[in-house]
Amino acid sequence: MSDILSLSLEDAAAKLKAREVSAVELAEAALAAAQAANPALNAFSAFDAERTLAMAKASDERLGKGQGGALEGVPLAIKDLFAVEGVETAASSNILKGFKPPYESTVTRKLWDEGAVFLAKTSMDEFAMGSSNETANTGPVTNPWRSRDSNAPLTPGGSSGGSAAAVAANLAFGATGTDTGGSIRQPAAFTGTVGAKGTYGRCSRWGVVAFASSLDHPGPIARTVKDAAILLGAMSGHDAKDSTSLPEKVPDFAAAVGRSVRGLRIGVPKEYRIDGMPAGIEKVWAQGVDWLKQAGCEIVDISLPHTKYALPAYYIIAPAEASSNLARYDGMRYGLRVDGEDLLSTYENTRAAGFGAEVRRRILIGTYVLSAGYYDAYYLRALKVRRRILQDFEAAFEKVDAVLTPSAPSAAFETGAKSDDPIAMYLNDVFTVTANLAGLPAISVPAGLDGRGLPLGLQVITRALDEETMFAAGAALEAASGFDARAEKWW
Amino acid sequence: MSVTKDDVRRIARLARIAESEARLETLTGELNGILKWIDQLNEVDVTGVEPMTTPVKFALPMRDDVVADGGVRDKVLANAPKTEEGFFVVPKAVE
Repeated sequence: MSDILSLSLEDAAAKLKAREVSAVELAEAALAAAQAANPALNAFSAFDAERTLAMAKASDERLGKGQGGALEGVPLAIKDLFAVEGVETAASSNILKGFKPPYESTVTRKLWDEGAVFLAKTSMDEFAMGSSNETANTGPVTNPWRSRDSNAPLTPGGSSGGSAAAVAANLAFGATGTDTGGSIRQPAAFTGTVGAKGTYGRCSRWGVVAFASSLDHPGPIARTVKDAAILLGAMSGHDAKDSTSLPEKVPDFAAAVGRSVRGLRIGVPKEYRIDGMPAGIEKVWAQGVDWLKQAGCEIVDISLPHTKYALPAYYIIAPAEASSNLARYDGMRYGLRVDGEDLLSTYENTRAAGFGAEVRRRILIGTYVLSAGYYDAYYLRALKVRRRILQDFEAAFEKVDAVLTPSAPSAAFETGAKSDDPIAMYLNDVFTVTANLAGLPAISVPAGLDGRGLPLGLQVITRALDEETMFAAGAALEAASGFDARAEKWW
Repeated sequence: MSVTKDDVRRIARLARIAESEARLETLTGELNGILKWIDQLNEVDVTGVEPMTTPVKFALPMRDDVVADGGVRDKVLANAPKTEEGFFVVPKAVE
């Protein structure tokens, strides 16, 4: 039964439809594998086996009648940022420990409507703030991948690290993630999985715990580009409950997978060639350029001149929005309350005890850059730099159809290696954060292994609303690389 | 720009987070490291650039002013730290 868990989502869905395997059998196998792996990987924060089996049973009934949605009977893991009615949803934070939402997020509702089965909640960096999945209140997640020369635990990246680890270890056929500065694509790159986000507003943020609302993008993590396209299609669509949700029709993303890329113009931005980038990443990037050229693409050297300012601008805008969003955690209506002598000290004690060090640090930065006397110098300036970054892309997309870059500046690093240096940690998102600031579709596809046998990813960024070109180019890279390496099971 | 320990104390108060004197010291160093790194934004010419608050290009949608949800008091109270007879119980707020 463990073999069946290594199938792609697409193949698993086909076997379910053909009744070669039942949804209950699949759910039982996935639950057993996930629960057995959790002491070693710590990817999951909450299970609800009764719900999983009940949903699988309902899927079997529908499948038995020849009915069912695109994801009928497929077990999926859900990042702990998405509200699942009645299941603990804590954003991996002590301030929300034990919180059971009395409502369902739009994205998970859409997945269940297509017949998907809830497998488990996945652990993440607290409030999605991090790149190593070390700050969860349930402890760090360990990457299923290990270096050839060491057994030291590696981070799966973050903040959707639990989701990425679960998919990489064949414990789930796919998972939801969220990407505010790279939190889907960087962990996908670190775990040899595919991670994608659509245009800002494609997926509703309703019922997703807010971090930085103008940057937060829900999206999938999967093992193939086709699976990611199927999942993003199911997660997307207009939602009146999110005022920034796009009132646009959702194209058939999966149909774009396998589409010819002949004649596509691919931009290679010189600013993404940064000092100190490992040779393995240079190599895989050059290889990617070559693969697309051989597939008939035209390669164009481009410039995105404000790239180096994206991260510093992000570290004003994201904390500013977070400080405002996280003001709701006051210990009154839900979540932790730590009583003090009066109302003010109750607020202060609650938030000091409930938020971890990185979350508090970001709230303080955000509070500072929004405070009287500093707003113009920091926040307003960062918003103007953000527009410059968007203008860079708009100019580039007059000449090219897609941009090809590495996904992350390194392979997976050892757990704890960057915990004491916030800026070194922030630099993980140097290649991904620009697409969040500009709100553009972007995907990370595994493209090869480095000298230590660890996966490296390539990123494709496209125009707003052109996820189809993103999936077509991503699939071309996937086909050319023939990447089929999997983490060797040690857990 | 940089912050002093007193600035950080004031910011923590504004953010309603209790930080010890020792933590304020550490945070001052950390925040100054981050602010120094952020200062490179001053190199960018932003004359005449419109601030960008969102990637969304359409105006915020309006909806009819009608009740769309409600009547779920018990659900609203279900996660509260303290409730009594259908109400939230909070610390005394007015002397």
